[in-house]
Amino acid sequence: MSVTYLDAIRAAQEKALQDDPAVFIYGQDVGKFGGAFKATKNLAEKFPGRVIDSPISEDAMVGLAVGAAMEGMRPVVEMQFADFSTVGLNQMLNHAATTYWRTGKPCPMVLRLPSGGTPGSGPFHSQSMEAIYAHYPGLVVMTPATVEDAYSMLLEAIAMPDPVVFCEHKLLYYHLKAKSLPAEAVPAFKAHVARAGRDVTCVAYSAMVHEALAAAEELAGEGYETEVVDLRTVKPMDTDTILASVARTGRLLAVGESWPWGGVSAEVVSRVASEGFELLDAPPRRLNAKDTPIPYHPNLWAAHRPTAVRIAEALREVLRY
Amino acid sequence: MFVGLGKASLKPDQDSMERMSRAMLRARVLEDKLASLYRAGRIVGGVYLGKGQEGLSAAGGVALRKGDVLAPLIRDMAGRLGFGEPLVDAVRAYLGSKLGPMKGRDGNIHRGDLSRGILPMISHLGAMVSATAGVLLAKRMKKEKRFVGLTSAGDGATSTGSFHEGLNVAAVEKLPLVVVVADNGYAYSTPNERQFACTDLLDRAKGYGVEGHGVDGTDPEACWEVVGRAVQRAREGAGPQLVVGRLLRLCGHGEHDDGLYIDKKMRSSDRGRDCMEVLRDKMRSRGLEQDLDRWEKEAQEEVEDAVKNVAEEPLPDPFEEDWRATAMMGASEAVQKG
Repeated sequence: MSVTYLDAIRAAQEKALQDDPAVFIYGQDVGKFGGAFKATKNLAEKFPGRVIDSPISEDAMVGLAVGAAMEGMRPVVEMQFADFSTVGLNQMLNHAATTYWRTGKPCPMVLRLPSGGTPGSGPFHSQSMEAIYAHYPGLVVMTPATVEDAYSMLLEAIAMPDPVVFCEHKLLYYHLKAKSLPAEAVPAFKAHVARAGRDVTCVAYSAMVHEALAAAEELAGEGYETEVVDLRTVKPMDTDTILASVARTGRLLAVGESWPWGGVSAEVVSRVASEGFELLDAPPRRLNAKDTPIPYHPNLWAAHRPTAVRIAEALREVLRY
Repeated sequence: MFVGLGKASLKPDQDSMERMSRAMLRARVLEDKLASLYRAGRIVGGVYLGKGQEGLSAAGGVALRKGDVLAPLIRDMAGRLGFGEPLVDAVRAYLGSKLGPMKGRDGNIHRGDLSRGILPMISHLGAMVSATAGVLLAKRMKKEKRFVGLTSAGDGATSTGSFHEGLNVAAVEKLPLVVVVADNGYAYSTPNERQFACTDLLDRAKGYGVEGHGVDGTDPEACWEVVGRAVQRAREGAGPQLVVGRLLRLCGHGEHDDGLYIDKKMRSSDRGRDCMEVLRDKMRSRGLEQDLDRWEKEAQEEVEDAVKNVAEEPLPDPFEEDWRATAMMGASEAVQKG
């Protein structure tokens, strides 16, 4: 028996619905149909009245969750694709994110975003939105890279008193597998050293963790030991774990699947440059997608995003300095 | 489907008339005071008045009861007071007191108090419709009974996608939501004909599959009856209700705006009547003008006292502020660290 990343997300929602009567799920096609990716399969039957189909109204979906959270519920909103959450941005950034600051009352809700590129998905079904949400105060932004984290971090997100943006990577949904659901978990705000190494640090998150691990494997064959740090949660960012790693290696590459202007990888480099300047033996570098909309054709898409091959090239450059 | 034009066929009883009158008077007296404080440079931020809309707004406030929820907009001082928001909350917000409902973190018209069922509006128009629907959905899931939510919109807010999505989803869920549209002819300076092309916003009720009610927003008795009936219908389970009150804003968009763009003919028409004068006529015809005078005097004293007391209160202190945007300690501390 194995558990996929998607199974873990479904199981976490089932457990949350079971454990807390305040939890409900809201989104397009999440009810009897079980969701576009089947992340809520059978949950409507098991929890009548608590897995609710919404109209195609992203603004109202998030707005309704904000109201319900203010009234003491713990809504979990599924966006069909992260890209469509732009239509609900106002409610998330200006309403959910400001509620605690303005009122002193919590706004516990989770916005699940099926994120990231898959072959053939194109400009409007491939986006990674974490940087936009992370920019606004009042939100927690999670980017799990493993089956275990998909499960334990989603449970933690639902239990938090704050609005959480939960970025699930669609490329990991079906192919990433674990033996079983985890019995215990690393706290959501701690970064995790996914592979230890002494020569260079590669900070990544979400699907890029797996590309970074493949790149590290390739470099190991060339005699370089890469330390891969999985951020897990991008906001708040666990700067201590990043700096501790750079203290060991003296070199940094930050990788993100999203676009190169600003964003999480820029934040990592900025923190290390300003707080850990003396630790560095080489200029810290970043690797992101190209600065164009995300291409549809797999040939173009594969060249648009960072891959193990491109990460390995960038790591060699950092090592050569 | 019921779509009716409200005529004041049902007369408010004496107690309702007093509640309506007091909410309207306190709002007008307080807002006149705030306008003069604004001109004296004593207000932190902007001042947006409900002048001319007190009757429609108060009707919503007094129709609600404890356990209901009100999501007011910028011209709802009367509705807030009618629903039970302490007058001092408004004064504290406008004068920037640290003891205000939002402690200086947000101000004035954005104030809210979730413990009293008053949602703190955000500036983005239409956004409160779905949020109010969410509160109502939550109450239904918690098995509460016979509750109602009421939110306001202007003619301009009806053009937003958020308004549409919110009312549509409330209709789909058959929630006890009353949306009161104060069609005051202008969204800031933009007249109705640049805002929408339908003949009457009330016609939209049919498109949403909700009950619609039109009312002369300058007539407080009619507002009391029509908004009260809409709230009652929602409470009885008839689903969302759309009320469109026609009236005119008797001031600028805010006190920084002289409102000279408002059509003079419209101003001198019935639509431009001042609901406070209509109220006075009605009270006079009932032989209750002395009561109105007494309530007005009480309102003036209350406002003067509140302003005097609040002026002595401490202001927000950036060194005492904990600068925390998240409720969870761990999250905040981690964010604080940089």
